[in-house]
Amino acid sequence: MATEVAGAHGHDEPDHLAPYLSPEAGRGIKGWLLTLDHKRIGLMYLVSTLLAFFMGGVFALLVRLELFAPGRTIMSAEYYNRAFTLHGAIMVFLFIIPAVPGALGNFVLPIMLGTKDVAFPRLNLLSFYVYLFGATFALYSIISGSVDTGWTFYTPYSTTSNTSVVSMVLGAFILGFSSILTGLNFIVTIHKLRAPGLHWKRLPLFVWGTYATSIIQVLATPVLAITLLLLAAERTFGLGIFDPALGGDPILFQHFFWFYSHPAVYIMIVPGMAVASELFATFSRRAIFGYFAIAMSSLGLALVGFLVWGHHMYTSGQSEFATTLFAALTMLVAIPSGVKVFNWTATLYKGSIVLTTPMLYALSFLILFTIGGLTGLFVGALSVDIHLHDTYFVVAHFHYVMMGGTVMAFVGGILYWWPKMTGKLYDESLAKKGWFFVFVGFNTTFLIQFIMGSKGMPRRYYDYLPQFETYHKISTVGSWLLLVGFLLTAWALIKSIRSGEKSPPNPWGSAGFEWQGTESPPVMQNFRVTPTITRGPYDYHLCSDEELFDGFPEDAEK
Amino acid sequence: METMQLPPQWSTFARQTDWLFYFIYWLSVVLFVGIIGVALYFVWKYRRQPGVKAEPTGHATVLEITWTVSPLALLAFLFHMGFRGYIDMTVAPADAMEIRVRAKKWAWDFEYPNGGHSNVLHVPVNRPVRLTLSSEDVIHSLYIPAFRVKKDAVPGYYTTMWFEATQVGETDLFCAEYCGAAVGTTEVSEGDPPVGREGNRRHVGHFSMITKVRIHTMADYNTFLESILRPPVDPATGREATPEKWGEILYRAQQCNTCHSTDGGAMTGPTWRGLFGRQRQFTDGTSATADANYIRQSILQPNSKVVQGFNGVMPSFAGTLRDNQVDAIIAYIRTLN
Ligand code: HEC
Ligand code: HEM
Ligand SMILES: [Cu+2]
Ligand SMILES: [Cu+2]
Repeated sequence: MATEVAGAHGHDEPDHLAPYLSPEAGRGIKGWLLTLDHKRIGLMYLVSTLLAFFMGGVFALLVRLELFAPGRTIMSAEYYNRAFTLHGAIMVFLFIIPAVPGALGNFVLPIMLGTKDVAFPRLNLLSFYVYLFGATFALYSIISGSVDTGWTFYTPYSTTSNTSVVSMVLGAFILGFSSILTGLNFIVTIHKLRAPGLHWKRLPLFVWGTYATSIIQVLATPVLAITLLLLAAERTFGLGIFDPALGGDPILFQHFFWFYSHPAVYIMIVPGMAVASELFATFSRRAIFGYFAIAMSSLGLALVGFLVWGHHMYTSGQSEFATTLFAALTMLVAIPSGVKVFNWTATLYKGSIVLTTPMLYALSFLILFTIGGLTGLFVGALSVDIHLHDTYFVVAHFHYVMMGGTVMAFVGGILYWWPKMTGKLYDESLAKKGWFFVFVGFNTTFLIQFIMGSKGMPRRYYDYLPQFETYHKISTVGSWLLLVGFLLTAWALIKSIRSGEKSPPNPWGSAGFEWQGTESPPVMQNFRVTPTITRGPYDYHLCSDEELFDGFPEDAEK
Repeated sequence: METMQLPPQWSTFARQTDWLFYFIYWLSVVLFVGIIGVALYFVWKYRRQPGVKAEPTGHATVLEITWTVSPLALLAFLFHMGFRGYIDMTVAPADAMEIRVRAKKWAWDFEYPNGGHSNVLHVPVNRPVRLTLSSEDVIHSLYIPAFRVKKDAVPGYYTTMWFEATQVGETDLFCAEYCGAAVGTTEVSEGDPPVGREGNRRHVGHFSMITKVRIHTMADYNTFLESILRPPVDPATGREATPEKWGEILYRAQQCNTCHSTDGGAMTGPTWRGLFGRQRQFTDGTSATADANYIRQSILQPNSKVVQGFNGVMPSFAGTLRDNQVDAIIAYIRTLN
């Protein structure tokens, strides 16, 4: 396949039919930094978001270590407050929001659509640099005194804190633009650049999920931008918008903030669901049950997500009427989430299931997201939430959703598309060991936090009363298991780059467009000829044996 | 069983809230075991086997509509139950006893109807109590797990909450809204919560904004209310503090120390060192000797005479301080000569 030698091309002119990673496709560091190729931009996003994950992870480990024993363990209270703020802010703004769309979305989406690139390749590169620019502000804030406000920046704490709030807030403001640009680009790409024959009903669910996410990004992020700008202006010029000492209203900030940040929860989880759908289909060799319902429930979440922000403010003193209304609407969110869980489970029925590492992550996603969703019922029920709000129960709940959901799907997705991205296979048994530690470590860290929270342990506490010590100890040990798990997984990937076997075009035997139509790694223009789509991405029953088993190492032997 | 996961049920709200908690709990256990059990069974039953292909996915519209629509009933029920509990927590009975709560970094101040203050919350058992909260700086949140209640104290607003304790005893009260930490450490003194220790010093912040709720019988409660208007009893000797000593305690407890020094240095207000008996000049040109009557008037009507070189920013303590407390402060000021 890839044996055709690239023909005549100018000295600097990249060869559009060379594998995108090869020197012919753009030389040296400049070939990467100025690339307009969505695949290279995707990989750059992958590296940067993984670095952010690493940094956020280091802060998480420090936070957990401090809580290992009562009293001061490794740092003072002031630094603890900085550590958990940076953990939260980095994980949210630098890692989880850009991770799946930026890294996996950029790489896979255009290939799934059968197109050469996204609609606006330059805008795509710009969004990456805007991301880096925003990240620089955040880093500057960290070294110039850091922030101690919590990632929520609640006023008037944030307007009076003498830490480096303005640069962090500007960082988040700028990162928001990166998010908007990516979203816009994807929406246009999905509308305009689908290959012939790829009508909406044939769109892979990853594309549907990314589409829903993009809509939220474009509509909600500007509100965050304005809020953060007002906050920065209040700090710099002393405008009285949020600070009651200046005649402002601190509750107003919470409304603005959650008007973005609740929808942002779906910016974080919907891409995870999108990846999981692909994993379930491929490793069960079966079309997703209720394809239409899954696609529409993503859009449903996007819509309802805009109407429930007040459920973060039940105890804030907002009016009882508002509280009641938000509580009722919040219950509706459970429906689309439930529908998805039922559909994924039904997909497994009469499938042909193989437990590769990506599939193990998909199943972990299903299990952990179900726990995250069910515990959402506790905090959704008004009277119970009054007790649980701002305790460790909530900390556990959102980690089950964000880490148990999105991060599991993200890691699963990286492993799944790794052979396509790099052209190399990774060591399954090493990756499986990594998965084991991640899964066990995650539950050890966070399951216990539900109990500690329902017993009344508030969050963002530097220290605790004696009755909570055992729980905190167990949780901290869990964080070490998680570390082992991620290190093993990272090692499996590094080993694959250095000495991994070459991957066939379709190592999993998937019917997905990205596996069927391209080489591993794809050529710079993705396809040698523009593909015409004649069946759906999950039509396993229409695939020939050869298409499914092409190059699948285990099956080849049989 | 009742309290397997939750704190003891010490208020009239606890049972209702806990019922809903455990209802959702067991519902979740059933749903989780059901869904994940089925999923794992499928994973095992339909594991890939040579020569066996997956069956194409069909349609099951009825099934899909069922699992989309039927949860609605359950969700409506959960909302209804949560709403009921919430409304009970919102509407305080008309005969509730009032306590005023002032939150600030990183301590609570509770003021009782008789004008007395304390840093521990004292309430009677079996009697509704309504708290009116405010904050002097950032947002705090008053949280009593054993009562299942929580409410934010927001600067620039009044918020209210109420509860009725059902059990005599002592339980924890936390700040649940993040409010920062002090720079460095301070000395440990008696009554500080047992958190944030570093050797014999302690860190202070959001996590140390913890105190206790003491729930008394009505008789004990009345004794308590009396006691906060009288000099505190020294536990070692069992005797009441002297007026001078009480005055010194009030100097700190009533925050006179934020404006007045006792070492001769001027702050927002004049120092108290050497004040008693000295000649005072006022902004309106008059003058007087600082005797007991003058000091009493300065505390109760501070703006009637404003000392030269200062602004009339001192709040009046009329209605806050009782006669015997004013006397104690005067006695204390006399000791500073
Ligand atoms: C917000 C700052 C502030 C607080 C709190 C405050 N004061 Fe003052 N106080 C002042 C100022 C300013 C003056 C001088 C202006 C005046 O006479 O009103 C003053 C004057 C006085 C004087 C007259 C002093 C003199 O030199 O003639 C007395 C006595 C006094 N305060 C007692 C108290 C007591 C007792 C308390 C606590 C219960 C208290 N103050 C709390 C600001 C304060
Ligand atoms: C993977 C992605 C993760 C995301 C997106 C994430 C997100 C968050 C967020 C948003 C907060 C709230 C911060 C705040 O209160 O301001 C938080 C808190 C916290 N997280 Fe994570 N987190 C992740 C992973 C982890 C890991 C791996 C650990 C432990 C090993 C961890 C431990 C904690 C702890 C201890 C807190 C502080 C709780 C508190 O004091 O309130 N997190 N996280
Ligand atoms: Cu929300
Ligand atoms: Cu506080």
